Amino acid sequence: MPVLEMRGITKRFGALVANDQITFDIEAGEVHALLGENGAGKSTLMKILYGLYQPDEGEIHVQGQRVSLKSPADAIAQGIGFVSQHFALIPTFTVTENVILGHEKQPILQHAAMRRQVVETAEKLRFNIDPDAIVGHLSVGQQQRVEILKALYRGCRVLILDEPTAVLTPQDTEKLFSILVELQRQGLSVVIITHKLNEVFTISQRVTVLRLGKVVGREQTANTSQTELSQMMVGRQTIPVTRNTDHHSQNEIKLNVQNLTMADRSGAPRLRGLSLNVRAQEIVGVAGVAGNGQSELVSILTGMAQPQSGSAQVSGNVMPFGNPGALSQLKVARIPEDRLKGVIGDLSVADNLMLEQVGQFTRAGHLNRKQIREYAERLIRDFHIKAAPDDPARTLSGGNIQKIILARSLAQNPEVVIAAQPTRGLDIGATEYVHQKLLEQKQRGAAVLLISEDLDEILVLSDRVLVIFEGMIVGEFAANDADIDVLGALMTGASSEKVKTHA
Amino acid sequence: MDSLILLFAAMLRISTPILFASLGETLVERAGVLNLGIEGTLLLSAFSGFVAAQFTGSLWLGLVAAVLTGIALSLLMGLLTVTFGLSQHVCGLGITLLASGVALFAFRLIYGGASTPPALETSFVTLDILPGTAFAPLFSQHWLTYISLLCVPLVHWLLYRTAFGLRLRAVGEQPEAADTAGINVYKMRYLALILGGAFMGLAGAFLSLAQLGAFSHGIINGRGWVAIAIVIFGNWLPYRVLAGALLFGGVQALQLRLQAEGVPLPYELLLALPYILTIVAIAFVGRNASYPAALLKPYRRE
Repeated sequence: MPVLEMRGITKRFGALVANDQITFDIEAGEVHALLGENGAGKSTLMKILYGLYQPDEGEIHVQGQRVSLKSPADAIAQGIGFVSQHFALIPTFTVTENVILGHEKQPILQHAAMRRQVVETAEKLRFNIDPDAIVGHLSVGQQQRVEILKALYRGCRVLILDEPTAVLTPQDTEKLFSILVELQRQGLSVVIITHKLNEVFTISQRVTVLRLGKVVGREQTANTSQTELSQMMVGRQTIPVTRNTDHHSQNEIKLNVQNLTMADRSGAPRLRGLSLNVRAQEIVGVAGVAGNGQSELVSILTGMAQPQSGSAQVSGNVMPFGNPGALSQLKVARIPEDRLKGVIGDLSVADNLMLEQVGQFTRAGHLNRKQIREYAERLIRDFHIKAAPDDPARTLSGGNIQKIILARSLAQNPEVVIAAQPTRGLDIGATEYVHQKLLEQKQRGAAVLLISEDLDEILVLSDRVLVIFEGMIVGEFAANDADIDVLGALMTGASSEKVKTHA
Repeated sequence: MDSLILLFAAMLRISTPILFASLGETLVERAGVLNLGIEGTLLLSAFSGFVAAQFTGSLWLGLVAAVLTGIALSLLMGLLTVTFGLSQHVCGLGITLLASGVALFAFRLIYGGASTPPALETSFVTLDILPGTAFAPLFSQHWLTYISLLCVPLVHWLLYRTAFGLRLRAVGEQPEAADTAGINVYKMRYLALILGGAFMGLAGAFLSLAQLGAFSHGIINGRGWVAIAIVIFGNWLPYRVLAGALLFGGVQALQLRLQAEGVPLPYELLLALPYILTIVAIAFVGRNASYPAALLKPYRRE
């Protein structure tokens, strides 16, 4: 008998059917992968299981008993634990306080006993954690372990992990998987939501594939293949991105950044003498764990912040800092980290598309509406944006908003492209599209700087990979001979000499 | 030596209402609600306590009335900002205006245009803990003053050593996370408001029933606003809030003494001294203030 079973689950949001007659079950001691693109209905299904959404139809059975899960509290009582992508942790609290919060057991806190319990649970899963550490000071990987401890402290038998590796370093991912194996050995069941095929094969025994809210396949992982799964998931064959591996080392340097330093408001250094360059017809990827200065670097190179010192040149011209307008003049295309801040939601698609070139469409202070509309129609066609020129930008999907930003900046044939997290939160189709566009720019001769937390993306696209750690570039590789273990070690602060002797 | 002890004695007395008020505000803000209604709440509590004591002849009933007034106004704040999710700034200021208006209106109705402020026949007496020693004046305080000092470790214990305090802080830092952990965010915020309101009631009662034994409309004189500043100065930590309250009380006591001794400075300047000091202190300390992350943010489930 399965530990947990979902039968005929249907969930509608207005006209959209997010889950359509889905059946799903979990055996004791198994890792079950739930695979699908963004929007396939994976998260909705698991939110139903955690009591965050109520299904319109269908039944949930735990240990053979039908249950009704009206809230997370009900789900917790049934032994279901959920680690979402956005951790439900309180950054100013200690590890112990976070673990026991809401399940304190006694009105007066017994700190010593609680700490011991946290440490013991962690030891059972073969990892160490300081029970008195402030959670906000921990790495993402450690915070995730706190979430797992929380679920176990509440007596969970089925642990659901939503895209758990999306923001982890390779080392943290490995550690997570070893914890999952340990949990499994102790008889717990794990559901791992993912869209990364290699993870399915590394960790799961069974895999269920969702597409457009329906189950399109369920297999023993050992009996299937990556190709089969990706076809099920996307509904067609995927075309792997191909990058040409020309030699670039002789090309002209288009973007040259020297010795940037920047401190945050509390005076803590965020960039500490960062230098890099990007040549024509080259994509340079900056890999690193979030919070090591990427955001600051992007803010400076997109004209939104000023460094304390340092300089930058675009095709030999000095790049003025804190002046986005001048960057447009220098033909620097910017794809910002947060795409929702890259468009103005209440303005139309057409207005957003011409935002950086208002001057071209203005005569004596008047906007030439006809010209703007023609320009918008052309870009909508060229960039396959699914929208009409008059639609407010906020009504578009994430993928289409990203296309507006791409169209706006790339239509000017830029010399330099600054792409920050260009595919974060996009589905496979939109991601492929963005990658294609970046490769096109490179082909055309632009210098592309790609800053991404997704290491796979960096390795697929870049000609050269730089590793950023604590505001400095600490390693450089040609993409072809980047060793993922060495990269991961550098991302977490191992000095490059040390890594080399170990490698 | 004697004059120094008298100065410290005055400091403790003057700090008492400020301490009660800022401990109350600390609790409320730790749960994520900025209660700008504090100034009006103090005034109406002082008034209702005074009226109840005068009409019933019982100081204790007066005290109860003041505390209930503080709680009632805090519940109104909760209804507007927690339940309806309205702006805490606007609602807090609204409650201050409303409560002050009600207090002054009722004062006019009951006491008409009395030229001297009405006073109680008896007010709360002082308790001598160390009579006959050199420190006698320092420990000849109203019992509410001793209580206010005891409340400091009590509030600290509540915040850091109990499940209630853990939940209260969680709700003020990251209500989404608290909700996921099965904590009722709304309930916790109401409980914090009720406790905070009770403290504000005690602050008002201290002024009209103990320290002055009388009521006038200038009785609060900005103490609520000062309490808000002291909470920031104290970085939402009870012991540092105590330090802030004592600092304010100390400077106030000092300027009163300087006035009495006829220091050749304009008295307006001396009167302003504690407030100037508050501003300076906040300017220095407030820069590193670690605000409860969810302060001012109404909580709504997605």
